[in-house]
Amino acid sequence: MTTPNPGTLLELRGIRKQYGRHAAVDDVSLELRQGEFLTFLGPSGSGKTTTLMMVAGLQQPDDGAIILAGRSVDRVPPYRRDIGMVFQHYALFPHMTVRRNVAFPLEMRSTPKAEAERLVSAALAMVGLPDHGDRMPRQLSGGQQQRVALARAMVYRPALLLMDEPLGALDKSLREQLQMEIKRLHREQRMSVLYVTHDQSEALTMSDRIAVFNEGRIEQIGTPSDLYERPATRFVAGFVGETNFVSAVVLGQEDNTYRVSVAGAPMAVSARFVTAPGSTAMIAVRPERIQLRRDGEGVPAELVDLIYLGNARRFVLRLAGGEEWTALMQADAAEESGLHPGDAVRLSWQAHHAAAFPAGGH
Amino acid sequence: MEARPSHSRAPDWAPWALLLPSLLVMLVAFVLPVGMLLARAFTQPEPGWQNFVLLWERPVYLQVLWNTVLISAAATPVALLLGYPVAHAMAHGSARTRRLLTFLVLVPFWTSLLVRSFATVILLQRRGPLNTLLMNIGLIDAPLPLIYNLTGVLLGAVQTLLPFVIFPLYSSMKRIDPSLVPAALTMGAGPVRAFLRVYLPLSLPGLMAGATFVFISMLGYFVIPALLGGPRQTMVGQLIQDQISQLGSWGVAGALSFILLAITAILLSVLNKLVGLKAVAR
Repeated sequence: MTTPNPGTLLELRGIRKQYGRHAAVDDVSLELRQGEFLTFLGPSGSGKTTTLMMVAGLQQPDDGAIILAGRSVDRVPPYRRDIGMVFQHYALFPHMTVRRNVAFPLEMRSTPKAEAERLVSAALAMVGLPDHGDRMPRQLSGGQQQRVALARAMVYRPALLLMDEPLGALDKSLREQLQMEIKRLHREQRMSVLYVTHDQSEALTMSDRIAVFNEGRIEQIGTPSDLYERPATRFVAGFVGETNFVSAVVLGQEDNTYRVSVAGAPMAVSARFVTAPGSTAMIAVRPERIQLRRDGEGVPAELVDLIYLGNARRFVLRLAGGEEWTALMQADAAEESGLHPGDAVRLSWQAHHAAAFPAGGH
Repeated sequence: MEARPSHSRAPDWAPWALLLPSLLVMLVAFVLPVGMLLARAFTQPEPGWQNFVLLWERPVYLQVLWNTVLISAAATPVALLLGYPVAHAMAHGSARTRRLLTFLVLVPFWTSLLVRSFATVILLQRRGPLNTLLMNIGLIDAPLPLIYNLTGVLLGAVQTLLPFVIFPLYSSMKRIDPSLVPAALTMGAGPVRAFLRVYLPLSLPGLMAGATFVFISMLGYFVIPALLGGPRQTMVGQLIQDQISQLGSWGVAGALSFILLAITAILLSVLNKLVGLKAVAR
């Protein structure tokens, strides 16, 4: 089996997984490059974990091929795939000490004892738990347990590290701390990582590339800024970051922009879909890209509420059609605007910061 | 267990007051009569050790005691091996599987032991359906001796004992994180090694509890060896029954009961040392 790119570590070709009549994973294809941190992002039930399980060999695809390090692994059981996996609930062996847990994969590979001892110590030092080897897993906090699980999945340097919502069971501050730590390990150890999360901010901060899953399909694969700035679908625009939506009538097209009518106001948005003049489109604008003025050009709206965020202010707006929008403004700009709840305002944006999607679909 | 804030203002002794009726029943219907039977070992026909001396001097009694331990020890691994996969399927299968298996395990439980034992007699006898079937399909030429021997006792006993291994095993397996074996697989352990190194040790409390339940229940069995066993499968329970109903010898019966109880107590304390009785009680 040949891979198209020499740098490709993992390739999925047309993967399908059916549960009864419901397709949990539907025609998923992607490539993961050597050393890349690729994240599967999506709501629960979107097929991201099922896809990860198929890469691990813990579930079998009904159709399609998985090519890992240049060979098809269709008939290769998980224990011969050269992967490491970190589970959401740590999956540490409760009857073994931390050291025995981390040594387990080395033992399965018949690594010589002295070498194994050295690797285990190094792995525990790497995750910041050099002195916890003799403890039992239940004596550790959740964050420490997940560090041990990381050490255990990395100690044998598998070709690919799989992580299934590894921080999902931890509280917010610990989660952010471990995000940084996983990023550091990825950078220092030059590991290839396939990461699953439903947390879009986690995906944005950690990933080289993100594959957004929805209803068993990949909506878009790209870098965090690709997804945030140029969402390919309405679903991605809504799922990754915060977005305001409003439907608008397309008036015409000029080069890369559509002229549209939003609540009667003529506006410009970037054109990436073919939409005939006269049809309806769904317009998406990020809160931080909205400009507010008292009068002049723009979409008329009412300022309903002003929320104090410390370094910024969130403006809650109601458009003429009843849609509720939010705009985000830095503290000084917000103060200069002198706006108060109840004021009538005009909203505007730069054409390339507003996307138009076909109405109806998502 | 987490401590929960108490919402009621009931006094501390209230739970004990509710337990009182059942404790009284246990005292009157269990502790007192068993105590009296055991006391007779030392008091009838006259105070002293004569009943134990008698048991020691008649090899047949020791033989029966030894048989009882051997038969119980033989039934235990059979019941564990049969029950283990059932408990596993109950613990890790779908809710539907769990409901179905629980029902199937309990159905025999709701059927009278005597009915089940006689039914087993019909099934296993020389010209019974099992032997007839095996001969008709040509697997055997002559009827197999399936009854009035050790095979009969084990077949009869194991089917009545299965729930006693399945439920402790199930309760122990239910506690095993289902991602542990997949985790072991991803780390390079084959299915057999993943089972032996991870799953089996973690199911050990249930295994020990089930083994103890089976072994101790089996020690006191009486209907099944009487109906399905031969003379060589005579067990202590039958001997106690004979001593009382045929010989009127309450002293010897008490001594045999005493020994049976002593074996049970020793086993339970060993189990407690090994895995802790909380493994049995939870």
